[in-house]
Amino acid sequence: MAAISVDLPSDSRNLRAKRGYTFTILSDPDATVIKRYDLLHPKAGPDEHDVARPAEFLLDSAGRVRWLNLTESYWVRATPEQLLQATSALR
Amino acid sequence: MATEAKRAWNWLLWAGFGLSVVAFLSYFAVFANFPSTRNLPWANLILFAIAAGLLVAGMRRAFGQAQFYRGKVFGSILSVLSALIFGVFVLAIFVYPRHLPVSAAAPKVGAKAPDFNLTDSDNRPVSLSNLLTEPVGGAAPKGVMLVFYRGYW
Repeated sequence: MAAISVDLPSDSRNLRAKRGYTFTILSDPDATVIKRYDLLHPKAGPDEHDVARPAEFLLDSAGRVRWLNLTESYWVRATPEQLLQATSALR
Repeated sequence: MATEAKRAWNWLLWAGFGLSVVAFLSYFAVFANFPSTRNLPWANLILFAIAAGLLVAGMRRAFGQAQFYRGKVFGSILSVLSALIFGVFVLAIFVYPRHLPVSAAAPKVGAKAPDFNLTDSDNRPVSLSNLLTEPVGGAAPKGVMLVFYRGYW
């Protein structure tokens, strides 16, 4: 699992330390990859910074999308149970 | 003679207003951190409902038993403020967050996910190919879950 946002690596390091996360957190400060995935939410962050809209993609080992969730509201995200349910398709 | 000062303090109104403030702030401070109380803010809606009940009870005392209880004026003010807080909560949780980009060009099921090269929290470069091929716990990964999030945590 890898999480991606516009946060800088130092912010991600703090987040990992604070929350005890062990998964990979990747930084896309210019939103290059976020734009490539068409997930840019312009000016939606603090101080009108561009951010990613929340989205989850499950890729198989060939890199193909097997499941995805584009939420309709940024307060509504896929739950851990939904992610686990989706990954069961890979086994 | 019988005057203002003798009428009892109408604590229900203050409790109702205070609980409205708590119902609003606790979503962002506490409940948004847990999927079960974030996706549907039922805990906050219950708090707002209790707050409304307290305010209604307080207003009934203020107007129905005005000879015993205070609160006609400040109770009305607190009730209006509480209603505004609830209105802002509805906008902030149910209306505004739904204004999301269409993302029509986002990868679809069955499509190949675009490759990328980014930096992890230790400043090491990580590509999608790395994630798809580097063994996890001794075995080749069966796949990768990519989670895009807003950041600024």
